Amino acid sequence: MKFACLYLADFPVQAVVRGEPELHGRAVAVVEPEPPPCRVFALNEAARTAGAETGMSRVEVALLQEVEVRRRSPAAEVSAHAALLDLARSFSPRFEDAAADTVVLDLRGLKTLLGSAAKVADGLAARARELGIDANLAFAPNPDAARLAARGFAGITLIGEDEEADRLGGLPVEVLDLSLEMQETLARWGIHTFRALAALPAAELSERLGQEGVRLQTLARGGALRALVPAEEPLHFEEAMDLEYPVAEIEPLAFILGRLLNQLCVRLTARGRATQELRLALALEGGHEDRIRNPEIRSQKLETNPKSNPESRTLRLPVPTRDSKLLLKLWLFDLEARPPSAPVLKVAITAEPARPRVAQGDLFLPRAPDPQKLGLSLARLKGVVGEGKTGSPELLDTNRPDAFRMQSFAEVGNTAFESRKSKAASRNSKFGRPETGSHDFRSAICDLRTSKLTLRLFRPPLAARVEVRDGRLVRLESRHLRGRVVWASGPWHTSGDWWTGRQWDCEEWDVEVSVVSGQWSVVSGSRSILGIESRKSRVKRIHLYRIYRDLRDGLWFVSGLYD
Amino acid sequence: MRSAVWVRAQVEAALWPGVPSPFARREARVPEMVPTGLAAVDALTGGLPRSSLTEISGPPSSGRTTLELALLASLTAKGEACALIDAEGALDPASALAAGVALERLLWVRCAGLEQALRAADLLLGAGGLGAVVLDLADIPARRARRVPLSYWFRFRRAVENTPTVLMLIDEEACAQSAASLVLRLELEDIHWSAAGIRNSPFESRKSVPHAQLLEGLRWRAQVVRNRNARPELLRMND
Repeated sequence: MKFACLYLADFPVQAVVRGEPELHGRAVAVVEPEPPPCRVFALNEAARTAGAETGMSRVEVALLQEVEVRRRSPAAEVSAHAALLDLARSFSPRFEDAAADTVVLDLRGLKTLLGSAAKVADGLAARARELGIDANLAFAPNPDAARLAARGFAGITLIGEDEEADRLGGLPVEVLDLSLEMQETLARWGIHTFRALAALPAAELSERLGQEGVRLQTLARGGALRALVPAEEPLHFEEAMDLEYPVAEIEPLAFILGRLLNQLCVRLTARGRATQELRLALALEGGHEDRIRNPEIRSQKLETNPKSNPESRTLRLPVPTRDSKLLLKLWLFDLEARPPSAPVLKVAITAEPARPRVAQGDLFLPRAPDPQKLGLSLARLKGVVGEGKTGSPELLDTNRPDAFRMQSFAEVGNTAFESRKSKAASRNSKFGRPETGSHDFRSAICDLRTSKLTLRLFRPPLAARVEVRDGRLVRLESRHLRGRVVWASGPWHTSGDWWTGRQWDCEEWDVEVSVVSGQWSVVSGSRSILGIESRKSRVKRIHLYRIYRDLRDGLWFVSGLYD
Repeated sequence: MRSAVWVRAQVEAALWPGVPSPFARREARVPEMVPTGLAAVDALTGGLPRSSLTEISGPPSSGRTTLELALLASLTAKGEACALIDAEGALDPASALAAGVALERLLWVRCAGLEQALRAADLLLGAGGLGAVVLDLADIPARRARRVPLSYWFRFRRAVENTPTVLMLIDEEACAQSAASLVLRLELEDIHWSAAGIRNSPFESRKSVPHAQLLEGLRWRAQVVRNRNARPELLRMND
């Protein structure tokens, strides 16, 4: 078999059923989205059997109890078409995007790799089921014979060499996509099947119907020879769904996201890819994508770029994955932390493809958390402590006190190279050598105080009152501390950023403060019914603080505690 | 009077099959010790145990954060990922870097209070794979920290029991009680000022000019309150 064709019969219905798997096997009719009038646009075989017909109004078809009525979803059709192309791509690099519902594969030269036609057929059918589509499959010696067989016969059809005319002969001529005029002419002649059309004399047919008639006859004989027009399918993974009704709660939204992510991950698997970045776009009721008030825009693509669509959000992962359950959990954490401000009308998820992570185990690598578990824990942590509160601190290239930013705690310890790099970095920092091209830490390293002592910072700094007598600091009072200054070292004048609006100008002091505080201590040997008794006693302690005076307004602050 | 053998048989029968041999001796596992990089502390304790809860308590300016960062520096230098759950977000990244911590391998969780810190600890201990998880409650008042139910500390200890994680708790007064395998109490002894040398009394009169002095370091004392692997000792050390 040289060519194969995949055809999705009743494509608009299949696109809807793909998003709602519970409709599989049931009678479904798809109506046009914009009223009035809401006419049946497409329906499956079960719906035809139940009495539904194309062109019926929504009210008429709703009277048929067993027929499920759904609105046509252009977004779902785009996703189904993309899934069909991914399916083709996973078997052959040469395929033709013949129509939204049809794709033709060139299998020449792939027999050693893929096996017999029957094996390829089984593989294609299994992968199609994973993708949630029900495709007719046909194998034939030429592309057009395969396409016509797929459109005309349900299930899997195998047509051998020189069997085309015989096998296709029984198909009705409507399969040839005839124009209305041609259809009437052939009907008037009593030509209803491929076999009858193929038997007509070519010269007379050409005289009456022209080149189009000859072309149709060649197709009906299954002998058309043409080159395949290969499709260049870009690596773009997007799944979208128009919702029948606005969804206001997270739980039903989770089902929809789960389905979309499942489909997305199967498509990624088909292309041998994973994803490290996902974007979720939501069209909200009353939002700029509101399709109820503006029916014209329902066919527009939902923008997933955060710059263009304020309702889109991005999920970045430490390592590429295609685990749909993990991705769903991460999205749910995000949605719980930042729920949509209005009911959701439409959902679109885009995945940036990345090569799957291949980790080679190494006995000498340091232990590291499982990236997937870590990603999940970090997402949960964000929900607990808030956005921007978790990550690795990164010092900024400035002398401004407490200047740092949080960067994501990305993949750790996955390769020996990274491990070595990290070791080198930590060794450099230990011996006071900054990493090349990162930051200039020399001022901090040369500063005896910071290199020898560890500081705990108060964020924000505590407002304080300092008593100064004869130029010496005598007493320090703040909200949480009060004591006599025993020893002070300073002032150390620092200033900067006068060229920006974030100027600072202050005098720093290190002060040793004698603090009298209450301390609870356990009374030994005595127990009450409620537990161990304790009493409070006053204890004098020495604390060591870093304080500063803002020279712009003269106010004092306690910036940290040496510990 | 019932014999011990009879009682033993009854207990074994009652616990069967959930506990197959309740009286069987189990070999106590010796935990792997992680050196902190502070020679005196390592000499005193042999390092800090993995798979266990270590509690470091002491008043402000007693060297708790120095010890905390020393542990993080020791582990991150080996390429291990560590987490610091900071109840009040008090970490100074510049100090951490100066102490030798590889910041890119440190997960810093800036919490807004005790409850958040405990929840974060629950989550991170469940993730596993971290070299150390430090729960820093140093800025939480001792009275509040003591109100944390003991079950929390036992649960945390259970979470790291079969993992190579060092779980360190920093607080003002010890509160984990028997859940901790190693409890160290730190106290400030002296402060080094460059102009005056080591001062023993806070009431000594000042003779030098303030800006001619430099704060050089702290001298603190570590006392082992509990160590399941060694007998208590007292140590004096210099930072």
